[in-house]
Amino acid sequence: MGDSTHTALDARAIRAEFPILSSPRPGADGVHYLDSAATSQKPERVLDAMDAYYRETNANVHRGVYEMAAEATQRFEAGRDAVARLVNHPREGTIFTKNATEAINLVAWAWGVRELREGDEVLVTMMEHHSNTVPWQIVAGITGATVRFCPLTPEGDLDMDALRAMLGDRTRMVAVVHVSNTLGTINPVEEIVSMAHDVGALTMVDATQSVPHMPVDATAIGSDFLAFTGHKMCGPTGIGVLAAQPGRLEDMEPFLGGGEMISDVTTEGSTWNDIPWKFEAGTPPIAEAVGLGEAARFLGEIGPERIRSHEMAIAQQMLDALDDIPGVTVLGPRDIARRGASVSFTLDGVHPHDIGQFLDSRGVCVRAGHHCTKPLMRHLGVQSTARASAYLYTTDEDITALHDALAGCRAWFGAP
Amino acid sequence: MGGLDDLYQQLILDHYRNRRGRGRIEGASASVHEHNPVCGDECYLDILVEDDRITDIRADGDGCSISQAAASMLTEVARGKDLESALDLVEHFRLVMHGDVVPDEDILGDAVALGGVAKYPVRVKCALLSWLALRECIAGYREATATGG
Repeated sequence: MGDSTHTALDARAIRAEFPILSSPRPGADGVHYLDSAATSQKPERVLDAMDAYYRETNANVHRGVYEMAAEATQRFEAGRDAVARLVNHPREGTIFTKNATEAINLVAWAWGVRELREGDEVLVTMMEHHSNTVPWQIVAGITGATVRFCPLTPEGDLDMDALRAMLGDRTRMVAVVHVSNTLGTINPVEEIVSMAHDVGALTMVDATQSVPHMPVDATAIGSDFLAFTGHKMCGPTGIGVLAAQPGRLEDMEPFLGGGEMISDVTTEGSTWNDIPWKFEAGTPPIAEAVGLGEAARFLGEIGPERIRSHEMAIAQQMLDALDDIPGVTVLGPRDIARRGASVSFTLDGVHPHDIGQFLDSRGVCVRAGHHCTKPLMRHLGVQSTARASAYLYTTDEDITALHDALAGCRAWFGAP
Repeated sequence: MGGLDDLYQQLILDHYRNRRGRGRIEGASASVHEHNPVCGDECYLDILVEDDRITDIRADGDGCSISQAAASMLTEVARGKDLESALDLVEHFRLVMHGDVVPDEDILGDAVALGGVAKYPVRVKCALLSWLALRECIAGYREATATGG
């Protein structure tokens, strides 16, 4: 990434590129958006790229012979190139889906339903998002395979010894989250992929919370499948990515059938298009691919290493701010080298919903709930948590606002 | 802070801190366990029915101040009511939460303080959790007694 790694990121300048973050809201001095783990805000250039596509060259892709259609196809495929480049993955293995959830379901259905047998095991972790648990449970229900959950250490790291012990001849798939959306834990996915491959299992890495926030080299990780979503990485909703090993995709049957994904269709049957299009049935999310491509260029130009460095500094500020409030308990690792800037916490005597509501009155947006990780919540023995999550546009002022609003929240609810 | 005062009236915070009718009833006539899948809040509701009248009602579970205060207020206002009146009470509260009618203090008692919740669509489910549990509970009781005897 060149010299850009050596200069700190200017979050205030970056923030100015996000229109929504400077739009005044009633009752607040501006918005302190600390819910980027749920969805990120979008920079002006992403909005402009999508707008320009609709205004200048809206046409279906891979079909028309006229110039506008060729231009639409070019912008759509350039989006794929930009995304593939950001995560260092071959373009033919880079499939556009609706979101990360659909990317995982694609593998569960196109591979799992055909390949899993009774007695086979899918190994997931206790910190998976429902998106990397429920598809496997559905497929297990169809095939007779079993879904097993790898436990965590008390500090919220994956228990690698337990994982090693659970891997075996029966393991066919290891599905693991790169960065936990609830705990912030960063998992050693390269090591896990290698351990899984040693026993002949395939791997699915849920990189939804890592690709937006840090360098992710899909080739170095070496996972058979890696999924992430567009809207958490400065791109639009409605588009996600499955980065798969091209060889795997060649061997797999399609997920959805329809237009675009075929080579030939006769009354007797059909043959499939080349990858990646074999897995992109129907008119794809074209404007969304254009927007996601622009988001990938935006992140690439700033530099994932610089984003990560900034978020490590913000994560430390957040932990310090939370430690300063009596009654606050932070979940997940304390060491910022082992965690992302998504921090779940509880406050004695105040329910997370009430925390979220009070903080909103101070212009601070946080998430409250189970974060789509109910097995983890049960494992931790909590019903829900509040979660503050940062991104490249988060400033120290946002963290100060969080701190002051939490102090106010304690007083308001008369917490112990 | 006007909006916040409107939502969290003193009466609500009082019921949240000093829950009325909390716990379970041994040998309850009917019980229901409801949860809100959005936030994970849980509510156990037990009623004791004698001569078609709710002689005891208790709510247990975990949740935010709105859901807990709403359950506390419900137990106060529903205790002693006959089943039909209790259903009318729940229906009035439901319409208030959906912004369809003005809250009537004579009907709702302390729960009139929850009127401001209607302006916060995300929180309406919190307030309704225990109240709709009572509706389920009465339906379950009637079904059981109908088939049982």
